[in-house]
Amino acid sequence: MLRFVFYRLLQAIPVLLIVISLTFMLVHSAPGGPFSADKAVPPEVIKALEAQYNLDQPLWQQYISYLGDVLKGDFGPSFKYPGRDVTELIAAGLPATAELAFYAMLVALVIGVSAGVAAAMRPNTAQDYIPMSAAMIGICMPSFLLGPLLVLVFGIYLEWLPVSGWDDMPGDKILPAITLGTGYAAYIARLSRGGMLEVLSQDYIRTARAKGLSEPLIIAKHALRGGLIPVIAFLGPAFAGLLGGSFVVETIFQIPGLGRFYVQAAFNRDYTMILGTTVFFSTLIIVFNLLSDMLAIWLNPKLRQQTRGES
Amino acid sequence: MALLEVNGLKVYFHTRNGVVKAVDDVSFTVDRGETLAIVGESGSGKSVTCYSLLDLLPKPPAKIEGGTALFDGEDLLRCGAKRMRHYRGNDIAVVFQDPMTSLNPYISIGEQLIEPLIYHPDNQRKQSREDARARAIELLVEVGIINPQARFDCYPHEFSGGMRQRVMIAMALINEPRLLICDEPTTALDVTIQAQILELIKKLQQTRDVAVIFISHDLGVVAGIADKVLVMCEGTIREAGDTDAIFYHSQNDYTKKLLNAIPEGAKTLPSRLQADNLLVEVTNLKTHFIDHSKAGRQHKVIKAVDGVSLAIQRGEILGLVGESGSGKSTLGRSILQLAPTTAGQVSFDGNPLTGLDSKQMVPWRRKMQMIFQDPYASLNPRMTVYQTLAEPLLYHGLANSKNIEQQVRQLMDDVGLAHGQMRKYPHEFSGGQRQRIAIGRAIATKPELIIADEPVSALDVTIQAQILDLILDLVERHNLTMLFISHDLSVVRCISDRVMVMNKGVIIEQGDTETLWKNPQQAYTQQLLKAIPIADPRLERSRLSNL
Repeated sequence: MLRFVFYRLLQAIPVLLIVISLTFMLVHSAPGGPFSADKAVPPEVIKALEAQYNLDQPLWQQYISYLGDVLKGDFGPSFKYPGRDVTELIAAGLPATAELAFYAMLVALVIGVSAGVAAAMRPNTAQDYIPMSAAMIGICMPSFLLGPLLVLVFGIYLEWLPVSGWDDMPGDKILPAITLGTGYAAYIARLSRGGMLEVLSQDYIRTARAKGLSEPLIIAKHALRGGLIPVIAFLGPAFAGLLGGSFVVETIFQIPGLGRFYVQAAFNRDYTMILGTTVFFSTLIIVFNLLSDMLAIWLNPKLRQQTRGES
Repeated sequence: MALLEVNGLKVYFHTRNGVVKAVDDVSFTVDRGETLAIVGESGSGKSVTCYSLLDLLPKPPAKIEGGTALFDGEDLLRCGAKRMRHYRGNDIAVVFQDPMTSLNPYISIGEQLIEPLIYHPDNQRKQSREDARARAIELLVEVGIINPQARFDCYPHEFSGGMRQRVMIAMALINEPRLLICDEPTTALDVTIQAQILELIKKLQQTRDVAVIFISHDLGVVAGIADKVLVMCEGTIREAGDTDAIFYHSQNDYTKKLLNAIPEGAKTLPSRLQADNLLVEVTNLKTHFIDHSKAGRQHKVIKAVDGVSLAIQRGEILGLVGESGSGKSTLGRSILQLAPTTAGQVSFDGNPLTGLDSKQMVPWRRKMQMIFQDPYASLNPRMTVYQTLAEPLLYHGLANSKNIEQQVRQLMDDVGLAHGQMRKYPHEFSGGQRQRIAIGRAIATKPELIIADEPVSALDVTIQAQILDLILDLVERHNLTMLFISHDLSVVRCISDRVMVMNKGVIIEQGDTETLWKNPQQAYTQQLLKAIPIADPRLERSRLSNL
């Protein structure tokens, strides 16, 4: 396993390098700059600012020095928030975003897996069609529509839950988590239905029945582990997607998370902020993909022994 | 009263294309200590009959339309899900056909073994994990698993096919069932392992007085193990009676057809071997693989073929027998340069093939073709018969757009397919017909050498006989030379002029088929030949008692 992890981390280096280079080129080729504003600013001021942030140097020099900084773990100063580091800003936004992503994942897994398993147990009946149709709606429903709808129903008409905020009132995390998690729940439902259907048609499930095991036990002990492999493989990308895709939900519910910084940075041409968050998210995606692959290996005894043999 | 009394059982499958009467009015009885064999070809309804007793069929599409199945007086078909759980694994246990897929790959052998005990629906008979473990280890010893303490926590992939089937049998026996249903328990196994498993079942049955329903298509196996035989075809019983009566005094045409189709005796056609006309010469061929899956720091090298030398004369049919893992398929593929060889020489008609790159191989590919075991997997499901047969002709420039259709028709005539089926896809054909398509594809390029890798192993015995006839006929008409690979010694005997026995990557014995059969020199060959069941109850019983 150790060797597997080592090689995967080794592969991550060129991936990150490509991500940094592409983002660097893209943000610098976009029109405008961090100091272009509506108001007319004297050219000397802009010159001075650019000199301060080394923006007057040739692009390749900026690129090289940025790479050097990143290697040292320094994402540089933010252009729009004077006096604050990008690292500092990420650290400030991360807790809320991570917490939101975690709850959303919980929602997605609980709803998704139970709906998928229920559907797979009685395929082509109402127990299959109803959750799967709901899942289809869930996949099609964008969060900027679902969020306001939920706010309208549960926040304004029923007055059960707060309409926005984070850590202000009890229950204010419920609606954002559901809004963000629903799309993933729908996707997980379809994946687990497919995986479970496949496993339930295996010969060894028939063996388990022939042994006299009860149906719930067969599902829980004999089918789930194999049936949820596709879901586990999806967990890595999903977690990364939740972290990165949370900006819409953060905007709707006024959550002080990373997603909002990210979008604002793009509008502001805050070069270092864009680059920093991109590199950060890319690293997260790589790490979570690795984790979900490791989990999939660990769950499969054959693969587990093979990788154990290698390390 | 018999232990199990099935009366007028009807199981229909309600499919999109209408109702299929999988089991139609089937009645039989099984008594304690008795073995009933149900024989029949695939699709005859023999497995469906047994699975319906334990409600193991997928419903829908299956539906039990009528009949009763009295087990100790209670009707299994109407006892309800809760009572059924009492019977499953406790009074009635099943050993399934394929030990590779019938065990859960994610759960250790030991855990799977003790499940019937620790989750016993009857609380009084439920056992603790520790007691169950002790009992399971006892049983593992009984079924011949060495070092069961250590093997208990191993996973199925760490066991060979034969060992897994032993585990399956131990699992079926753990609650001391009164009825054991064995669904083709040895079909996936090699003949020597088959002999061990059959002996084990027989011994257990005698010591425990268990009733056994033994499903099989292999009449040789049935001759040795059954007290009574039920012959099924297309969901109905064609004949039922004592084993001897069925084998010696059958009144039924279908039973006779089955018995006649068993490959038996020597090849009847004269050899077409042309002496001193060497077509294939293999010298000291080695094909080694590196096994990345095995644990350990060093990658283990698998010597699939380890120094084989052989010569095939033009016009000869050379049989190659060996058990699974002996390297016979790899040898076949290495001769065709389809597997990368490690060392040694292969020459075809005097020209060396080893060392040629894929482009240089093209003209030779036309002259040597292969027929594969599984006609389901080896034909492209998205290509019609026409496309499958036309492809090699066009690729090798043997036909042009003008005469291609006529050439394909010719090929279809050769392998006995109707012209009307030209535009059909593989799934629209039966197994035997598919193998005809595969053979047609192989002979399309007018090859000189054909390597047939288990071409009839996946087929029913009557279809097998037809395909073997077809192969012999084509060899005759097209002047083919053939390497015929099979694990089925009877099949090899009835088709080959000469036989080679392969074990662990090397040829251990070879010679003229009949000479080798009558007088095998090597202990391994003797053991192989002794393990073949004979489809004659008296001979089979005396063979078994002499073991």
